[in-house]
Amino acid sequence: MKNTVSTNTVSINTVSTSTVSTDTITGTRREVRRDILGAPALRPDGADKVQGKFAFSSDIWAEHMLWGATLRSPHPYARIVSIDLSAAFDIDGVEAIITAVDVPGKKTYGLISSDQPVFASDFVRYVGEPVACVAADHPETCRRALAAINVIYEVLTPLTDPERALLPETPKIHPDGNMLRYQKIICGDQTIQGEIIVENTYELGMQDQAFLGLEAAMAFPDSGGAGVDLVIATQWIHEDQKQIAACLDLPVDKVRVTLGGVGGAFGAREDISLQVHCCLLALKTSRPIKMQYSREESFYGHVHRHPAKIWIRHHATNEGIIQRIESKMVFDGGAYASTSAAVLINGITHIQGPYKCESATVHGFAVRTNNPPCGAMRGFGVVQACFAHESQMDKLAVACGLSPVEIRLRNAMRTGDKLITGQVIESVAPVERCIRETDAIPMPVPLARDANPLELVGGSGLTSLPQNIVRGVGWGVSIKNLMYSEKFDDYATARCQLHDGIVNLKFATAEVGQGFVVLAPQIARSVLGVDEVILDPVDTRIGSAGSTSASRQTWMSGGAVDGACRLVREQLFEHVGKIHNIDPLRLVIEDTDIVDMIGDFRISVIDASTGAHFDQTFEHHHRPTEELDENGQGNCHVAFAFVAHRAVVDVDVELGLVKVIQIATAQDVGRVLNPIAAIGQVEGGIAQGLGLAVMEEIVLDNGKIRNPSFTDYLLPTTLDMPDVIAVLIEEPEPQAPLGAKGIGEPPCISVTPAIAAAIRNATGRDLPRVPIRPQDICL
Amino acid sequence: MTVAVPTSLSDALAAIAQNPAAQIIQGGTDLMVEINFNRRKPTDVIALRRVLELREWSIAKDGSTITIGAGLPYAQMEDDEIARLVPALAQAARTVGSPQIRAAGSIGGNLGTCSPAGDALPVLSALDAIVHLRSSTGARNISVHEFMVGVKRNARAPDEIIVSVTLPIVTGWQGYAKVGVRNAMVISIASCCLAVDRTNSAIRIALGAVGPTIIRCRATEAWLTSQLDLSSVNTVSTNLLKEFGDRVAQEAKPIDDHRSTAVYRRHAVSTLAKRLLTRANTP
Repeated sequence: MKNTVSTNTVSINTVSTSTVSTDTITGTRREVRRDILGAPALRPDGADKVQGKFAFSSDIWAEHMLWGATLRSPHPYARIVSIDLSAAFDIDGVEAIITAVDVPGKKTYGLISSDQPVFASDFVRYVGEPVACVAADHPETCRRALAAINVIYEVLTPLTDPERALLPETPKIHPDGNMLRYQKIICGDQTIQGEIIVENTYELGMQDQAFLGLEAAMAFPDSGGAGVDLVIATQWIHEDQKQIAACLDLPVDKVRVTLGGVGGAFGAREDISLQVHCCLLALKTSRPIKMQYSREESFYGHVHRHPAKIWIRHHATNEGIIQRIESKMVFDGGAYASTSAAVLINGITHIQGPYKCESATVHGFAVRTNNPPCGAMRGFGVVQACFAHESQMDKLAVACGLSPVEIRLRNAMRTGDKLITGQVIESVAPVERCIRETDAIPMPVPLARDANPLELVGGSGLTSLPQNIVRGVGWGVSIKNLMYSEKFDDYATARCQLHDGIVNLKFATAEVGQGFVVLAPQIARSVLGVDEVILDPVDTRIGSAGSTSASRQTWMSGGAVDGACRLVREQLFEHVGKIHNIDPLRLVIEDTDIVDMIGDFRISVIDASTGAHFDQTFEHHHRPTEELDENGQGNCHVAFAFVAHRAVVDVDVELGLVKVIQIATAQDVGRVLNPIAAIGQVEGGIAQGLGLAVMEEIVLDNGKIRNPSFTDYLLPTTLDMPDVIAVLIEEPEPQAPLGAKGIGEPPCISVTPAIAAAIRNATGRDLPRVPIRPQDICL
Repeated sequence: MTVAVPTSLSDALAAIAQNPAAQIIQGGTDLMVEINFNRRKPTDVIALRRVLELREWSIAKDGSTITIGAGLPYAQMEDDEIARLVPALAQAARTVGSPQIRAAGSIGGNLGTCSPAGDALPVLSALDAIVHLRSSTGARNISVHEFMVGVKRNARAPDEIIVSVTLPIVTGWQGYAKVGVRNAMVISIASCCLAVDRTNSAIRIALGAVGPTIIRCRATEAWLTSQLDLSSVNTVSTNLLKEFGDRVAQEAKPIDDHRSTAVYRRHAVSTLAKRLLTRANTP
C-alpha cells in the first residue's frame, strides 16, 4: 500500500557536484561529495527536528521568568466602555497587567500603514483583537487573571461583507476608512469585443498558514529598562525591531532581536503578533517574559490569506488568442491593513496569468471589514488571481474547441512580452516548456476494478468502490513575481570571515524551514573552497536581510552571501599572490585548493588562510522597481517565475468526495542549487495548494472563526497527498546572483486551479469557489 | 488535581465509590483535548489504563456473543479475530483518528463521551449491544439504546464504570461506512452501519453524526423486512434501493454546523445506506 508522498521522477539537467578523495578514520579511501552548490546537501537541523531535539522558540526557558498571556476581544465590532483590572490584580502571582495606556510609544503598528493598535482602547474590530496582557508566575495564573479582567463592551453591528464595505453609505469602521486600497489597470484598446467571450465570478475562502510551530517568544529586559532582547520565531527580525522600538519609544539599537527556532511561517509571521506585548511586559516587570500561543489563539493571533471575489471576462479570437481581460477583484482585508495593499497589487498585476494580453481593464479593491485581518501567505495575492485566470482558460478552451493544453500553449508568454502594466518580461520565461514538460509526464495507471478500498476516495471510511469513482484531469499554469515590488528596496546583508580554512557567515536571514541554513554554507564552499562553514547567530547585530517571503531569500540573501564570499576570495587571492609573487588574477579555486590557471602553483585554502583573517560584508540590492501610475502602468516587479501543474483526481461524484491521485509539474527554477531542498519546496507547496482546493478554510460566522483547531481546520494528511512527479527546468536567470529563481511560492499557486479543473472535468460542474466542498459537487 | 491509577477493576471501583465526582479517563483522546482547550478542569481523575481486565475480550462458550473490554484500544479491533467475527466493528475502528489515536482510544471512551459522531457507536446500536456497568455495590447490564441518552449524555451513574460491551455474533453481511472531508484522520459528518441477521431474517441500520445521538432506523428496517427475503442474497431493484435511501434519509435528523450542512448529511447518510445494502446483496 502506497500512502506516502513519493516523488517518482526528478529530472535535473545540470547538477554540479564535485567529488574528492579523502582518508576516513578507518583509513580506507572513498569518494565523498562536498556539499557545494548543486549538491543534495542535507539540512544541518533536519535530524534534530525529526528526533524532537531541535529547540523551537517555544522551548526557551529562563530563570525567574514570568509567563505572558493576552486578553482578546470576543466581539467582531464593539466599543470598549470600560476595563476594570482590579479583580485580576488581586490574584496571587499576577505581576503586571498592561493595556493601551501602558504603551509608551506609538500606539499602533503595521507593515505598510500603521493602523493596528498594540491594544484596542476605544473599539475592537475583530474577534481576537488584543485588549490587555498579563504577566504571572504560571500559565494557569495568567488564565485566571485574564478571566478576572472585566471589560464592558457596547456591541456594534459588524461589517463582515466585503461587497458592503465598498458602498459609500456603509459606516466607516476605522478612522482610515473602509477602503484599504483601490488600483486600476487600464491598458490597450478599451473597446475590443472578442469573437469569443467567457466570463464568470470566482471565490476563494480564507486559508490559514497553519505552521506547526506556534507563535512564541522570550523577552529579556535590560536592568533599568534601557533596552530589551527578544528571541522570537519570526520572518524578518529587522522589521520587528523597527516596529517594536517605535511602540516602546526606545532607540532602535536598544531593541535587539534574535531569531528563535521557527516551525514554519508561510507569511503568518511577517506581522507583529506578540512581539510588542512580550517586550512591554518584560520592561514593566524587569523579568524575562515567555509568551506562546495555543493553536486556537494562533488562529486569532496572525493574519490569514485574503478571501477574494473575482469577476473576470476574457475576450478572444475564434482561435483562442486572448485579446482583452476585464476584471473586478475584491479582497477582504479584514480589520486592519497589514499587507493588503501589496497583496492587491500582486493580484491585479497577475490577473492575465502567464499569457500574452494586449488590453485590460482591471479594478482592484482591498477593503476593511470586521473579519480577521488578512495579510501575507505563500502566493501573496497571486493565488487568488491564478484561480480565476486558470478557470477562465478552461472555459475559453471549451468555447474554442481546444484542449486545455493547446489553449495555454497558444497564449503562453515569453521573454520580451509586455505585461498589462506595460512592464516587459525580462526574466527567463519558459512557459511553453513548463507546459510541454508537464504534459510529457506519464499519467497514473487507471483505477483498478479490484483496487484496495482503503486506497480509494474516502480511505478507511470505505465509502466508495471503483464503480462510484470518476477520474478527472485538470491544468493550471502560473506566473509569480519574485522579491518585493513597487519601489521597495528589500536588500540583504551578509558578512563573511575566513581564517584557518574556516568560514564564518553572519546574516539576519530568518530560517523558517526554507533551507537557507543549508544553502549559505553551500555557497561559501563553492566560492571559497572551504569545507567548514560556521553560521553565526541570526540577530540584529548585522544589517537587514529582508523578509523570508516573496520567494526572495535564495536570490537576495544568497546574493549577499555570494557577494561577501567573493570579496573575501579577492582578498585571499591578493594575499596569496603577494606571498608567492603571482598575479592574483591568475588564481582560481579548484575544489579545496587555490591554483594558478597558467602555472603549476597550488596551495590548499586551509594552508593559504592559516594565520590570516579576512572579513567582508556585502549588501545585495535587486534592481529598482517603480510604483504603478494612476492607470496601473509601471515596472513594478523585479522578476518572475513560472510553473505548470497537471492534476489527476478521483471523484466520488454522488458523495462529493475527492482524492488527488497525481500532480505532475514542471517548474522554472533557473538553476537547481540543492535538489533535495528544491523538491521539498515543490511537494510542500503542492500540499498547501491542495489544501486550498479541497479542504482548508477558516469558516466564519458573522466575523467569528468557527473552526479554530486542527480538528476542524483540516490540513491534508499523508493519505491525502498524491504522487508528485516534478521536473525542474534549469534555464539560469541572468539577473539572479546564482542563476536561481525563488522556488517557494510557485508550487502552491497553480496546483489549486489544476485540482479544481480536474474535479470539474470529472463532474461537469462549474465549481467557481475553492475550497470545493462535498456539497458543491453532489448537491 | 489528584490522579488515581488503579491496577485492578476492584481498586478502580473502590476509587470511584469513594469519589463519584471524579473524572474517569481511559485513552484520554477526548478528555485531554477538552482539558487542553480549557473546557474542562477536573479536580480528581481516575485513570483506567493500567486496569488490564478492561482490555480483555472473549467469545461466549456457545459462540453466540463476543464481549469486548471497555479499554481495548481500537488498534486491536482492526487486526484480531474480532475483525472476522464483527467486521463492522473492525471497519469502524479503522476509521478512528490516526494510528496514535487508535492505540489509545477505546469503546469505553466512545460510550463515555457519547458523541453522535462516535465511530463505534453506530455498530453497537445496529447490533443491539449490551453495555456492562459495574459499581462497588453491583453490576448492571443495559441495552446500548438505553445507555445513549442524548448529545454527549449517557445513563452511567456517577459511581459506575463502563466495563465492557457484548455484541451478538450474527450470520450475515455487515459493514460500516463513514464520510469525512479528508481521506483519513477526520471526524465523521455522516456514518452508517448495516448488519444482516440471516438466522433471524432481520436487517439493522444505524446512523451516526446525523442526529443528537445514534439513530436506529427501525421503520426502514421493518419496511425492508417486508420487501426482501433476508435469509439469502437478494437482487435489489433500483426502485427499491431508491425508496430505501429515501426512508433512511427521512429517519435522519441532521443539523447545519461548521463541519457540514444538514442537507448534505442527509444525502450522504442515505447514499451510504444504499451502498451498504448493495454490498450486502452482492453475491
